[in-house]
Amino acid sequence: MIYSEQKPWEEITSYLRRGEKVFVLGCGGCAAASGSGGEEQVGDLSRRLTEEDWIVTGTRVIELLCNKGLVGIRLARKSNQIEEADSILCACCGIGVQAVSKLVDIQVHPANDTVSMGYFHGTWPSEESCERCGECLLDYTGGLCPLTLCAKGLLNGACGGSHDGECEVEPGRPCGWELIYKRLKEVDRLDLLSTYNDPKPREKYEGEPDMDRRNSLFWAIEAEEEWER
Amino acid sequence: MSGFRKKISRGELVVTCEAGPPKGTNIEKTLVELDAIGDLIDAFNVTDQQSSVMRVGSLAVSHRIKEMGYETVYQVTCRDRNRIALQSDLLSADVLGLENVLALTGDYTTLGDHPHAKPVFDLDSPQLLAAIEDLNSGRDMEGNELKGATNLFPGAAVNPGADPLEPQVYKTKMKANLGAKFFQSQAVYDPELFINFMKELRRAEVTEPVLVGVLPLKSPGMAKFMNENIAGAYVPGEVIEELERAANPVEKSLEISGRIIEETMSHCEGVHLMPMGWERHVPKILEISGIN
Repeated sequence: MIYSEQKPWEEITSYLRRGEKVFVLGCGGCAAASGSGGEEQVGDLSRRLTEEDWIVTGTRVIELLCNKGLVGIRLARKSNQIEEADSILCACCGIGVQAVSKLVDIQVHPANDTVSMGYFHGTWPSEESCERCGECLLDYTGGLCPLTLCAKGLLNGACGGSHDGECEVEPGRPCGWELIYKRLKEVDRLDLLSTYNDPKPREKYEGEPDMDRRNSLFWAIEAEEEWER
Repeated sequence: MSGFRKKISRGELVVTCEAGPPKGTNIEKTLVELDAIGDLIDAFNVTDQQSSVMRVGSLAVSHRIKEMGYETVYQVTCRDRNRIALQSDLLSADVLGLENVLALTGDYTTLGDHPHAKPVFDLDSPQLLAAIEDLNSGRDMEGNELKGATNLFPGAAVNPGADPLEPQVYKTKMKANLGAKFFQSQAVYDPELFINFMKELRRAEVTEPVLVGVLPLKSPGMAKFMNENIAGAYVPGEVIEELERAANPVEKSLEISGRIIEETMSHCEGVHLMPMGWERHVPKILEISGIN
C-alpha cells in the first residue's frame, strides 16, 4: 500500500499556467484508500479548479494508475477530453504520475506527495520508481523522477558526467537529466529547467501513514469494505 | 579581498592552475613543484579527492599553499559530505583565510578507489552555491544566525562540450543566479566549440567571467581515451593526427595547448590549466599562448 497525501492547494495551482485546461485523474487503488485520489477527492479538485477559473475538461478515477495497460484502455474512452486538455492533474502516488506521463504527450502534474510505501513496494510494479521523498517534484521534471533516474539524485540538472547520453556510473544507464530535458522539450516546458529546487527535507523521507493504517498490507481493501458498510 | 577576486571582478585576464593533493601525507614534493610555477599564475585550484580517489583534503592543501604566499581556489564537492559537514568545512575555510571556493557536484563514488563507499550527494552544486550565499549573509542553511559570516567568493564549473548544450546553458544561468561569480570550464580542444558555447552563455545573459579549461594531451592515446570516456572532452581528429605526426610529441602538445589559449582568450576572461603532472611545462604553454 502506497500512502500519499494531497499537496497544499497553492502548490498545485502554482503548477498551472493562466488559462490552462486540465483533465483531473484519480487512482482508485492506494490513493483512494489514502483519501487522496478517489472519486471524492477528484470531485473536490475539479470543483475548486473550476471555482478559481481554470477549465476542467473532464475527470476520471481509474482503478490503478500504476498499471499502464489498464490506464491506456481507460483513457482512450476519454480521448476527446484529454485532447482538449493542456495537462493532466494526477491525484495519486509518484509511480502513477510517472506511468501516466509515459502514456500522454502533455504535461502531467502531481497533486499528491508520496509519503510512504507502507512496507509494500507497489501494486502493479513496473519500471517507474518512487523514493517516497514526501515532497513530489515530478511537475518540474516532466513526470520523470530525478531522485531515482539520476544516480546522484540531483535536483537541479545534470552533473556533466554523462557521455553520449550515458550515465558515468553504469554503462547502458541513461542520464536521467537528459531524459528529463527531452521530455520537457517534448511537452514544450523547457522553462521548468530554470526552476531551482531546494535541498530535500530528509525527515520527510519514507514517513509513516497513520498508526491504525500502517499495520496491514491490505488496508486499502479493508478501508474499501469499511466504506461499503 | 584576494588578488584573484579583485582581478577577476575587474574583468582582467586570470590564470589558475590545478593542484592535485597526493595520496598520503608526503606533500612536500607537490608543494615544491607548485612553488616553481607559483609566480606565473593568479591562483592554484586545489582538487577535492579528484576522480573519487581518497587523498589528502583540499582544505589542508589549500591552507599549505596559502602559507607559501600563493592564492588558492578551494574546491568542494558534494560527493562525500552532507550539508552539515559542507557548511562546517566552508566555515573552516574562512577561518583559514581561504576566500575563493569552487562548488562542484563531484564524480560518483564507484569511479574511484573506494567503490564500496556510500555516495552522499545530500546537496547538488546549485544548492551548495545557495548554501555559500547563506553563510556569506551570516546565516546557515536553516536560517540560524552565525557568530561571524564568511567572506567566500564562489565559482562553479561549466561544460562547453555538453551534448545537448541547451540544459547546460540553463544550469549555468541557474548557478549564476545563485551567486556563482566565475566559471571554469572542462578541458577544451576545439576552440570553435568553446566560442560557440560562450555566445550561447552571453545570449542567455550569463555575464560572469569564464576561464577556459586547458589540459595538455600527453599522447594520441590519451586523446582517444578522453573522446571515448570523458564527458564533454572532445578532441578533434585533426588534433590527434597532429600529435601522431609530430617528431616531438611533447613540444607539439604544448604548442596545441598554447594555441587553444590564444584562440579563445578574446572570448573569455582567463584560463584554467590542468597540467596533471606536467607542472614543469606550464611556463612553456603560457609563453606560447602569448598571455604572460
